[in-house]
Amino acid sequence: MNHPEPTLQARGLECVRSDSLLFSDLNLSVKAGQVLQIEGPNGSGKTSLLRILAGLTPPNEGEVLWRGENIARRRSAFLSEVAYLGHQLGLKADLSVEENLRLSLALSGLSFSPASLAEALQTVGLTGREETPARALSAGQRQRITLARLILSSATLWILDEPFTALDSSGVSLVEAMLKSHLNRGGLAVLTSHQTVRLDGGLIKLALA
Amino acid sequence: MIGPFFALLKRDLLLAFRHRGELANPLLFFLIVVTLYPLGVSPDEALLRKIAPGVIWIAALLAALYSLENMFRSDFDDGSLEQMALSPYPLSLLVLAKVLAHWLVSGLPMLLLAPLLAMFLAMPAPAMTVLELTLLIGTPLLSLIGSIGVALTVGLRRGGILLTLLVLPLYIPVLIFATNAVSAAAAGLSVTGQLYFLAAMLVLALTLVPLATAAALRISLS
Repeated sequence: MNHPEPTLQARGLECVRSDSLLFSDLNLSVKAGQVLQIEGPNGSGKTSLLRILAGLTPPNEGEVLWRGENIARRRSAFLSEVAYLGHQLGLKADLSVEENLRLSLALSGLSFSPASLAEALQTVGLTGREETPARALSAGQRQRITLARLILSSATLWILDEPFTALDSSGVSLVEAMLKSHLNRGGLAVLTSHQTVRLDGGLIKLALA
Repeated sequence: MIGPFFALLKRDLLLAFRHRGELANPLLFFLIVVTLYPLGVSPDEALLRKIAPGVIWIAALLAALYSLENMFRSDFDDGSLEQMALSPYPLSLLVLAKVLAHWLVSGLPMLLLAPLLAMFLAMPAPAMTVLELTLLIGTPLLSLIGSIGVALTVGLRRGGILLTLLVLPLYIPVLIFATNAVSAAAAGLSVTGQLYFLAAMLVLALTLVPLATAAALRISLS
């Protein structure tokens, strides 16, 4: 049933936001083991493009294909393989780190053991913060919760909108390391960032005007 | 399929519990509006008994309207709603969980408070039973219908007035049938017709509203 290779393709995408054309006839293709970095000045439609690729916004023209099939037609199969990290982190300030993770993963029908939670939190540098409410954490630490969500989600396609914003230099190398191991596992990722992403290979770029 | 439903329900109840203060606002509003009537209009028992069904139901309707805005607001602001829309499970199922949570924290307490207020307005016992029945059927209906309006206006900066304009006309039939049933019960008449009608509306809303609200949320998010 599934296309053997996980690939994300877009054909002839067009996006119009408040009466101005952001991009038109945009084509892209990302294969397993590749990271697509979308570059462009502010307001060039990077976030809009990511939202279209995640299926949050329908494009004005064109289509997005996952494993060769239109994502609008095979929505639930597509979404079960995607992890999206947006500008808003999707965390509840009044819930603890563990509650936040448990609930957001439950939305995808996933759960995790205390051991894998501890491991994920150790990877992102939040060891021992299971019970801390998200409200009490700094912006960078909250961003790290969403990174833990990414680790626990086991999604094939990562769509990351400015994943480096609130992070310090160790956080940046953490995301890069996570991307590397994600690619080694046969995953793929699309991200926007103004920073140079240091990967050993597999980085392709797309510039929006 | 049922796992995400209960996870979301549990999350919303947990959040509501941690924000008890906000939770109490619509309830206090309900309580205050009803208790002001005997003081402001007249303490005359015959008059109060006559207007009691209307007073309680109007207060319940306004309190429900007042509590609606919070249904999706914080989830929209912090990005949780985006994550819900990206769940591989049907958004309408998640919507139903949110509406149920909303009813449990806003409608159900009103249901528990109503007998006290009915006594306050000198309502006879048979009418009180029917009042409870209409609230039991009617308040989930208010939460359900309201969710469509909230979903449509959640993306707007000042959606409050628009929400009222959208939702209020749809609340009117509920109000008419519910108050009519309670008045009829007070007069010793049969109320099965009104109750069946309300129940039919609830069944209709339960089946159709989650789909409409999910579609509206997708529009607000895009």
